[in-house]
Amino acid sequence: MIRIANGQGFWGDSLEAPVEQVRRGPIDYLTLDYLAEVTMSILQKQRSRDPKTGYARDFVDMIARVLPDLKQRRIRVIANAGGVNPTACKDAVLDVAKRQGISVSVATVAGDDIMERLDSFLARGIELKNMDTGEPLAAIWANVQSANVYFGAWPVVDALTKGAEIVITGRVTDTGLALAPMIHEFGWKADDWNKLSAGTIAGHSIECGAQSTGGNCQVDWETIPHLEDVGYPIVEAEPDGTFCLTKHAGTGGRVTVASVKEQLLYEMGDPREYITPDCVADFTTIHLDQAGPDRVRFSGIRGRAATDFYKVSISYSAGFKSIGSMVYAWPDAYKKARAADHILRQRLDRLGLRFDAVRTEFLGANACHGIAAAEPSPEIAAQLPEVVLRIGVRSENRAAVERFTKELAPLALNGPPIVTGLGGGRPRVEEIVAYWPALIPKRELTPEVTVWPSEN
Amino acid sequence: MAKRKLIELAHARSGDKGDTANVGIIARKPEYYPILVREVTAERVKEHFAGVCLGKVQRYELPNLGALNFLLHESLDGGGTLALKADPQGKTYSSALLRMEIDVDPL
Repeated sequence: MIRIANGQGFWGDSLEAPVEQVRRGPIDYLTLDYLAEVTMSILQKQRSRDPKTGYARDFVDMIARVLPDLKQRRIRVIANAGGVNPTACKDAVLDVAKRQGISVSVATVAGDDIMERLDSFLARGIELKNMDTGEPLAAIWANVQSANVYFGAWPVVDALTKGAEIVITGRVTDTGLALAPMIHEFGWKADDWNKLSAGTIAGHSIECGAQSTGGNCQVDWETIPHLEDVGYPIVEAEPDGTFCLTKHAGTGGRVTVASVKEQLLYEMGDPREYITPDCVADFTTIHLDQAGPDRVRFSGIRGRAATDFYKVSISYSAGFKSIGSMVYAWPDAYKKARAADHILRQRLDRLGLRFDAVRTEFLGANACHGIAAAEPSPEIAAQLPEVVLRIGVRSENRAAVERFTKELAPLALNGPPIVTGLGGGRPRVEEIVAYWPALIPKRELTPEVTVWPSEN
Repeated sequence: MAKRKLIELAHARSGDKGDTANVGIIARKPEYYPILVREVTAERVKEHFAGVCLGKVQRYELPNLGALNFLLHESLDGGGTLALKADPQGKTYSSALLRMEIDVDPL
């Protein structure tokens, strides 16, 4: 049996979680997911300004805190913290090791960045059509900011086999980070589809951090103990593909069949076809048992052969947006917020501003659930203590969006009464970086796995 | 015919993939699952999210988990970074669906 822990569900997750996973109990592998789709374009921009950046700096700070513990406890780390610059991330980690006088073997997994090769792919008829809309990449080609292939577990397995103690990857799937140690330790083969599917589902069950251990859990949420000290998830994996999901003893949170089911359904598509680079897992074969307190056992998992394609994540610039808000208080808060929205829209019209989209929501009335929550009745609407007018615009024309940001504040003095909430100043104009999913034949790519010796 | 709110029979989680939201609902007891299958159809979910879900609704069954998964296409104002919504990832659509009133006879 091996223990694989998750210490980061997304970039911005708890800084303490990975440290606690290392120190509060036994684990063999620590996996960390830093890369959302939008993250790659942010990192690409950073690197274009400074070639030594473009990776998750939080990861290096975390390693600096726990490196002696990792060595002492013989814990190996797998993280997609490399972003668009795994080499620079590796350099930063080796620098930390050198300063601490610790010898550590670090590997990088690269080759996922295909930004420089897009031209040649298009020239050879690889269209990189949008998976959702069918449009060819040519439609947005001039605006592309980053392009990365999602690799799976195998390049990470390669790095582990070569002795790496810390594996830093670019765009590797969240599930691949956790599947790789199982393949490595148990000697699973490339066509052990059922086992690879089990390991993939194990990865999915922990990839969102505490979301499977009591965080964001609807069932009995009020009685889930000590969320201030919530334990992050740990998979105890067996060579036969069965595994238990648990957390360190003495931590807060709760692991039940119900909490685990919620995580399994998160971002689910067709449950029979959970496609990764490593396999096609079938979520309708999962059997769950409560095997003990804070312990859920997974068994029976089956799956099918992987496809011949990698998924590609392409980011592109798609215009500008800005979102601002005003707070209206009792009495008639809702009515006043609606009136302010109407006035503001008329002013935008009078200025001749055109937007691709203008959206108004009334927070405190029915913003989240829309028509499912229905309009508040006139009696309720009149008595709401406050309502937030939230209005956003989107346009290719930056000047129009800029002008919108200057039309909100005047409402405080020249619109409906009992209004506040502009302490933060004018809303910001944001460049929209949108996401273009596509497929590419696997034969076009070769992952680059390198093990870098430490200088100590 | 007894009407109950879906939240009494199920819990849920939702997420996003581009402009598509997914809402998974899970029976609180095994005996509730057939009621969910019977009552919470793709058509009813589409109707429930009128004005929010502009595309089609697909339903998938997971009897092993006592769960149904719904894909709500064109539901996130373009999705991700394009969306101007307070909830661009559809994270609150889970409980929005649990507001649905369904017929629970026989229970």
